[in-house]
Amino acid sequence: MMWGRLVRVRGGVAPTLLPLAVRHEGRSLGRTPFFQNASYSTAAAERKKFYKDVSISQGDGGLFEISLDRRKLRTPGGKLFTVPNEALAIAVATEWDAQKDTLKFYTMHMTTLCNTALDNPTQRNQVQMISAALKFLETDTVCYRVEEPPGLVELQKNEWDPVMAWIEKRYNVVIGSSSDIMGPSIPEETKETFRQHLLSYNFWSLTGLEYVITQLKSVVLSLGLVDRHLSVEQAVLLSRLEEEYQIQRWGNVEWAHDYDMYELRARSAAGALFVQLSSESCTVKRKLLQD
Amino acid sequence: MAALTSPLRVCRGILKEIRHLKGPDYKHSMVYAYVLDQFRKNEVTGARHCRAQVEALHASHTYLCLLASTRQHMTLHKLYHGKGERGPEEVAGIVGLRLPTQPGGKGWEK
Repeated sequence: MMWGRLVRVRGGVAPTLLPLAVRHEGRSLGRTPFFQNASYSTAAAERKKFYKDVSISQGDGGLFEISLDRRKLRTPGGKLFTVPNEALAIAVATEWDAQKDTLKFYTMHMTTLCNTALDNPTQRNQVQMISAALKFLETDTVCYRVEEPPGLVELQKNEWDPVMAWIEKRYNVVIGSSSDIMGPSIPEETKETFRQHLLSYNFWSLTGLEYVITQLKSVVLSLGLVDRHLSVEQAVLLSRLEEEYQIQRWGNVEWAHDYDMYELRARSAAGALFVQLSSESCTVKRKLLQD
Repeated sequence: MAALTSPLRVCRGILKEIRHLKGPDYKHSMVYAYVLDQFRKNEVTGARHCRAQVEALHASHTYLCLLASTRQHMTLHKLYHGKGERGPEEVAGIVGLRLPTQPGGKGWEK
């Protein structure tokens, strides 16, 4: 996976080494695809805002497109930016509309997730994504317990055990927790159950779920969030439980602790919303509501 | 179940965030119309447990969290991380120190 990315970056040496903004100016915006040869580079986290109006329209096949002034938005991979439903289109359009003088791409989480789903930069299929997501189960945050200090032991027991009980009941599996450095030994049947369950997700919602899992560092908490057992705030709190304990003991530092927490909340919320908006139940729900 | 606040509070919260993003004419944005529309559609008068409503409420709560957290994160980012590296004087100032000064100006010892 990594090699694929590196090779692609090298393939377009001349254009990719320049910052996006510079590359962009020499090109007529109308016809040429946005960022056509651009690979996923971290070079441009920000750029100048170049449009005034953001609008959405429904194109061929019922997919929704975003227009900046009169130009169609494209993904970094050069594809036409399309999303499956109006809610998602509005969420993305709002992010573009909310940018002031500079585009801060690192605040546009919904756009980022759509780009990832559309371009699939790591070129993985669903089975590979499920394996990657379930890898987190073996080292799940809520499975690792401490033996000291007693306050934290108590806290982990009180806060994490209910979520653990919920997921074991909801999916009828055994996960267990451990204070051993090797972690708990999770039965093969448990992984198989989750694998089967995740196969029911479509590619888009799987992209969102994997993103949430990598943020919260926990399959258990992520499923709790997308299954609506936990709110974003609760899931983030449980994910950062040890940090919260240390904050209570040693004090809060706004520029590190709060900064991280808000970022984690924003990212997890975006991922969870992305799962919900791009999963099947959303369209069914809307049909039901229409009559 | 996740502890969720009332739909009205979530709705007002989202509209407040939109106003923050869009300024005074936020009522003309499409997200404003869409959010209000969704909340009106999901209003039910009966007290029966409604799955679609619970789903919608959770989604709206999640969206509110996304908007609010992004704003708060940006506020802290601007305050602490947005200015690049600090100069030596400023760094010393943070911990209440001052850099030593040379009485005759720079290069006085020559």
